[in-house]
Amino acid sequence: MTQDSQPMLEIRQVSKNFGGLTAVKEVNLSINKGEIFALLGGSGCGKTTLLRMLAGFEIPSAGAIFIDGEDISQIPPHKRPVNMMFQSYALFPHMSVAQNVAFGLKQEKNKLSKPEIAKKVLELLTLVRMQDFAQRKPDQLSGGQRQRVALARSLAKKPKVLLLDEPMGALDKKLRSQMQLEVVDIIESVGVTCVMVTHDQEEAMTMANRISVMHDGEIMQVGTPSEIYEFPNSRHTAEFIGSVNIFDATVTQLEADYTRLSCADLHVPIQVEAGVNAPLGSSLGIAVRPEKITMSQVKPELTDNWLTGMVEDIAYLGGHSVYYVKLASGKRVMTIGTNNDRHEQKVTWEDTVYLYWSITSAVVLYR
Amino acid sequence: MGKKVSSLGKTYLTLGFIFLYLPILILIIFSFNESKLVTVWGGFSTKWYGELLNDKQMLGAAWMSFKIAFLAASSAVVLGTMASIVMVRMGKFKGKAAFASMITAPLVMPEVITGLSLLLLFVAMAQTIGWPAGRGMLTILIAHVTFCTAFVAVVVSSRLREMDVSLEEAARDLGAPPWKVFFLVTLPIIAPALVSGWLLAFTLSLDDLVIASFVSGPGSTTLPMVVYSSVRLGLSPKINALATIIVLLATTGVLTAWWLARRVETQSVNLPTGDS
Ligand SMILES: Nc1ncnc2c1ncn2[C@@H]1O[C@H](COP(=O)(O)OP(=O)(O)OP(=O)(O)O)[C@@H](O)[C@H]1O
Ligand SMILES: [Mg+2]
Repeated sequence: MTQDSQPMLEIRQVSKNFGGLTAVKEVNLSINKGEIFALLGGSGCGKTTLLRMLAGFEIPSAGAIFIDGEDISQIPPHKRPVNMMFQSYALFPHMSVAQNVAFGLKQEKNKLSKPEIAKKVLELLTLVRMQDFAQRKPDQLSGGQRQRVALARSLAKKPKVLLLDEPMGALDKKLRSQMQLEVVDIIESVGVTCVMVTHDQEEAMTMANRISVMHDGEIMQVGTPSEIYEFPNSRHTAEFIGSVNIFDATVTQLEADYTRLSCADLHVPIQVEAGVNAPLGSSLGIAVRPEKITMSQVKPELTDNWLTGMVEDIAYLGGHSVYYVKLASGKRVMTIGTNNDRHEQKVTWEDTVYLYWSITSAVVLYR
Repeated sequence: MGKKVSSLGKTYLTLGFIFLYLPILILIIFSFNESKLVTVWGGFSTKWYGELLNDKQMLGAAWMSFKIAFLAASSAVVLGTMASIVMVRMGKFKGKAAFASMITAPLVMPEVITGLSLLLLFVAMAQTIGWPAGRGMLTILIAHVTFCTAFVAVVVSSRLREMDVSLEEAARDLGAPPWKVFFLVTLPIIAPALVSGWLLAFTLSLDDLVIASFVSGPGSTTLPMVVYSSVRLGLSPKINALATIIVLLATTGVLTAWWLARRVETQSVNLPTGDS
């Protein structure tokens, strides 16, 4: 990805209030040209509101939005160089597929001639592999086909920024994963900068180059999918993206290249790499992802980072199983075992097991 | 779709149709009655149709009624649609609830009261500003527009409320200014409601006796008024002939509307990708 000196989309200190409620709070983001950027967050966290401000359907209560260096905050939606694909797709039911795609082209100031529009519509429909359906009405299409038409329609005017609101929201699960890759291919072949909204972390991680995790109208963290997963900066992010075990621990030994913490759930200290940015005695969260924990039935020869408990529950998921281990303190710890043996599981309910992880596996959470 | 209707269902359906349409059928049959007595069959004849065509008063009233109904329905559709858009799409404004309930008040107002209050208004206006000068077609038209608008507003606003707002937003997003969004997207989508609103208003206006009686003047009698007064003098088979013609026109109208709707649905519209 080429890093232009100027971002394609810049959101500066944008807030939005609805009456007394703050739906979006002092958001700052800058999105580069050609990037696929996901706004990820739970229900009601303000994703749609932020996207609608980019499209112009809501006016920010404070702050400004720049596209290609130009402040568009006060420009009405029909004059913005931005197009949106709606969650419900919003295809015009009284127009054919071709007319839907042509709609935006016909609204342009320097309108193309009829044959030029026809040619462009065909190009776009070919891009989304819908050229054979040009004469159909939207209600004669399947969900996935409708989505492709909606995508073609929102790409027709070559927007500087493409907005996708829950792009897979209206599809069933199987079609979803197929369309995620297909939509990314199309967007990348066009090279358009794209901001998408989703509450599905898998979807965000599959589709986006960068993700921003939102919570209560605020941006919690911005990063690539692996940064967000491997280096969450808060309990909220760690818990929202994937599964995680979080231990409440207190700093007991601070060194330049490692830190030791004590935790009521473990009999031994927790050790993390590098010194933490907190004084001795402060309480922090230690996050360990289930797949980074190794399970064994023999006691490991380690001084740190291990614990013991009893297998309380096993969720068999085919390729792997999730083990829920109950500690003496009552805490449940999750770990994953790969099922590489077709015969009976070695570890079963009520077994006493030992769990351990390496010093590099744990992440320190300050908030 | 291909499910068979049970025999019980068929019986109910038949009974329902008989209940609805038998009176009309009898009316049509008796319009061809030779006898002057409305209820006694005296052989086939079309003489009442001939007499009807010579009855200048009746034909004049019918023409007047049609004119009023057409104009009232058309104005009511325009005004009712505008009112619906204000009610459904304009967001919150002061007095919105009052506006919404007042626009639909004529629906529940007894006709006698509507008629009387309009009569008083017209008289007062004629005295103070001299307009409308006398009572006649214009005052009936104004009266009909007021109550038809209420009906159209109810039909259209329910359709508007059902319509997905994101369709309008999508059009806006694709570069259409608000007025174009209305004509290219909103209007075609709510068109069926406009048509049914228009038909409803037309029928209501054609049908109205009470309000028209209050606000009409000399020389402006509508069809229901003529029918009503002639029935009071004694039934004439001419009325049956007139009713048959109206039924015929209504049926043609409904069938044409249905046929048009079907044609629009199956028609292939002119497409941007047609050539190339
Ligand atoms: N027009 C509005 N008027 C008042 N409050 C609103 C309006 N639109 C959104 N809100 C509120 O703002 C908050 C954020 O809403 P938003 O639709 O942006 O959430 P979201 O992140 O898209 O959630 P979801 O995943 O459920 O779609 C919610 O509490 C919502 O109730
Ligand atoms: Mg939303």
